Order: sequence, then C-alpha cells, then structure tokens
Amino acid sequence: MSPIIEVQDLSKTYASGTVALSGVTLDIAEGEILALLGPNGAGKTTFISILCGLVTPSGGRALVGGHDIVRDYRAARALIGLVPQEIAVEPFERVMNTLRFSRGLFGKRPDDAHLEQVLRSLALWDKRDARLNELSGGMKRRVLIGKALSHGPRILFLDEPTAGVDVNLRREMWAVVRDLRASGVTIILTTHYLEEAEEMADRIGIIDKGRLLLLKETAKLMHEFGRKRLTLELAEPLAALPAGVAETMTGHMPTLSPDGLHVSFDYDTRADRSGIARLLAGFAAAGIAVRDLETEQSSLEEVFLHLVEQGG
Amino acid sequence: MNWQAVATIFNHEMARFWRTPWESLASPVVSTVLYFVVFGAAIGARIQDVEGVSYGAFIVPGLIMLTVLQQSLSNASFGIFFPKFVGTMYELLSAPVSFLEVVMGYVGAAALKSVIIAVVIYLTALFFVDIPIVHPFWALGFLVLTAFGFSLMGFLMGIWAKDWQQLQFIPLMVITPLVFLGGAFYSASMLPPFWEAVAHLNPVLYLVSGFRWAFFGLADVPVAASLAALAVFLGLGLAAVWAIFRTGWRLRP
Repeated sequence: MSPIIEVQDLSKTYASGTVALSGVTLDIAEGEILALLGPNGAGKTTFISILCGLVTPSGGRALVGGHDIVRDYRAARALIGLVPQEIAVEPFERVMNTLRFSRGLFGKRPDDAHLEQVLRSLALWDKRDARLNELSGGMKRRVLIGKALSHGPRILFLDEPTAGVDVNLRREMWAVVRDLRASGVTIILTTHYLEEAEEMADRIGIIDKGRLLLLKETAKLMHEFGRKRLTLELAEPLAALPAGVAETMTGHMPTLSPDGLHVSFDYDTRADRSGIARLLAGFAAAGIAVRDLETEQSSLEEVFLHLVEQGG
Repeated sequence: MNWQAVATIFNHEMARFWRTPWESLASPVVSTVLYFVVFGAAIGARIQDVEGVSYGAFIVPGLIMLTVLQQSLSNASFGIFFPKFVGTMYELLSAPVSFLEVVMGYVGAAALKSVIIAVVIYLTALFFVDIPIVHPFWALGFLVLTAFGFSLMGFLMGIWAKDWQQLQFIPLMVITPLVFLGGAFYSASMLPPFWEAVAHLNPVLYLVSGFRWAFFGLADVPVAASLAALAVFLGLGLAAVWAIFRTGWRLRP
C-alpha cells in the first residue's frame, strides 16, 4: 500500500534563524499510529504544523494522500484533522456549534448525524449544548478531538494529546486513540511521555534538534535498543557476591542489594551472549539457591537517552 | 472556492452579533441617538439651517458615517483578533480555505453588521427629524462600500494587532479624530479658509461629504472626489490583504 504521507527532506528555519527542522524524510502508512518522540523544542510541533498548514516549510516537500501540501493545499488539508497542543476553544461557543463550525470550514455540508456519532464516541453527547467554558480541561480536549474529526479526516494529528492531564484522563485518551485507529484513521501523535509512545504506537520516530534520529517499529526498537534487567531472589541472604561469580562475568557486573537477598544484572538483548547462563551457572557452582527470577524491559526513556547521547 | 467555509465564517460572525443584541446593536444606536437629542433637538434648534437643511437633519448622515466607520473597524478587527487571542486561529490556518475566503467571511459579516446598524440609526432618527434621501441608491452604495472598505481595514488591524491595546489604538487615536474633523457636525465650508483647506486633506471628509450629498444633494467636495476616496480606501485594503495572502504576514511563520 502506498504511504498516505510522504515527507522528503523537510526543513524549517524560522525568521529568527532558529533551525526547527532539518532534512526530515519519512513515509507514513495508512492506518498506522506513529509516535514522534522528543524533548521540548525538538521540532515535533513544527513538523506537524508544516503538514497541517500552520507553518510554511523552508525546504523539502511533503505529500498528503498524494497531494502536495503547498501547491495542492486544499486537497491535502481536507484529509487532515488537527488536535493542537494548547487547549484553545471559543469560550462562549456551545459544543455542537463549535463542531458544526469546524465541519463547515472544511467545506463539508452540515451533517448533525455524523457530529452526533463523533460526540457519542467521545462521551460528549450529553454536553452538546454546554458552553465550552463550562467544561473541564479533559472535556475540552475531547471537544478538540471532536472538532478535528467533524469533517471525517483520514489522518489525525495529535500534538501532545496528554500533556498536563492526569493518569485517568491519559488512559481515557489512549482508549479514544485506539478506537480511532480501529475505525481506520491514521494517527500521528507527538509526545514526551515515553510510555505513551510505547503503549500506543506501531512505529516510533525519535526527533531531536530538528533531526529524525530514528524511525522504527516499536517492538523492534525495544528489542534492539532495550536493555533488560534480570533480578534474582535468593533463598538465603549473602554478605557479598561469591568470588567465582564475579570472576567469570565480562561486561556488566551483577550487583547485590543491601539486604543481600536480591541480585540484579543488566544485560543487552542484542549481544550474542547475554551472560545470563554464565551468571546462573556461577551461582549453581557456588551452591547458592535461587528462589525466583524476573526480567524487566528498560523504558523508552532510557532508549531515548541512549540514542540522543549517541547522536550527539 | 470553498463557499461552504465562507458561509460558515459569515454565519458564525453574524450569530455573535444576534447573540448579543444589546452590545452589538442597541449600544451604537443609543449612543448615536444621544447625539440627535443633544445636538439635533437641544442645541440644533438654536443653530441656523445649513444650506437650507435643518441642523438636526444635517448631522444625521455624518453621525451614521461616524458609527459605520467605528463599527466596521471594531467588528472586523475583533472578529479576526479573537481567534488569535483565544488560540483558535489554528483552525482557520489548517482548514482547506484560502485567505481570500477567510476575508470574505469576516469582512462580509462585519460590513453587514455596520449596514444593519446604519439602517437602524436612520430609522431611529426619523422619530426626531424629517430626513428625505434624495439619491437612495447612491446612499446605499456609499454606505455599503464604506462599510466594506473600513471592515477590510479593521480586518487588517486585527491581523496586525498583537494585544488589546494595539487593537484599540487606531480607532481611538486615528479614526475618531478624523471623523470629528471630517465634517460630521458641520459643513467644511463653514470653516475659515485655512482650516477648510486643512479639512480637505482629511480622507474621511470625502466619505461624509459623499454620503451627505446622497441625502440632501449638497456636498463639500465633488461627488467624483468622494468616489475616488472610497476607491482609494478599498484599493489600499485589498492590496494589503493580497500582500498578507502572499506572505502569510503575522499569521503563518
């Protein structure tokens, strides 16, 4: 299937001289969820803003549904819904009216049945006649999603959808995004919540200082860059690791917890030999009984820090 | 053309006008009517007719023009400044609409609001004074084109303004003085020769004069000059809009 978004060498230098984006190239397949991950000021919002028409690119080009975003902006933008980072709503407008307005801007004929469906899917139907300034922050954010969906876009951009929201709301937002994906909408979201990207995205792009450092399937990325930590729970406390164990290990060293009951060992999943077999053999040879063991995947944050360090 | 979007913006703006009838309609009408009462009825009775027209009637076209200029500027500038202020501008910029369509929606609504207010003021004035309109077609033409021209200027101000102070600056500091010195309350011919010459440098004089001519058939300046002034206003406004359209000035970095 041909990509729904094709971006080639896209760059943006603002009038102030700030280089917000330099030479970003990527394709986005229809129906996928792509998470763009990066620290504040990395260029994520600029990237989205260019594709949506808020910012004029300085170089490169981008096609949305095969339409050039500058030359053929009407056709390109008609496919897109944008949920901005800031909660910006007209305070005195009513929920249903604000959706009608958004739909009209996109040149679509009024269709309250469709808007009802959108509001119901966002659990906002009861609030359709409420003024926007009467709604909670979470509801306003859902209204913004509703506005973006009012014209039936094939692509939805979510700029930091869960910035500054509490845990419950974040989970709620994730559920909304999953439902949208199930309905066939392609989703591009930016985040610096790392578990969010890991939780939701099919692919993760890591952006820093305007450059796309990496773009990979989430599972592959976790596999390749993820480190794991093995924790052994011992039957009896130890005063120190047995000499035989430490001597045989190369690379990462196991460490003993202060209570002497747990040994933790970081290993690289990419390495030919993880060292786990040797570690366990060492304990067996020293006659130390292991009661339990558990492994834990490193977080995306660690992956990210690792990459940013590598990328300079 | 995305006519649906033009209509959406237009209806959205008009809805705000009807939602707050007191602020949008009653308040400009009441303040203008106060002028009739004070200048027309109270003081006007002691002022002699101006070229055969009673003073109370004479000031009506000027007062309507004063209100139209102020309302056009403030409605159009507020209309486009508000989305900038609350942050909903992203929606206009990311929609499949051209800048021209955005202008048509906002400026069209602002101009219509001014025309409605002008008509209401005229009808109200009829309670106080007898004001026949000699050239009704021209009166409507001057009214509509002036409302459109100043709404266009208001729209540009709204794009330009970065805060509420800037939004208030031009109407208060530039337009109001020009209107008061533009012959709303007097004929320029009543001024001493030097000041009459100075008054002729004021572009608003030409608009007031043309509009008054449509009412009474008397004018400070030739009607052609009034039409030329109107054309200049419209031309400048359209040129500025075109420039913004090309460059994305203050809208699209």
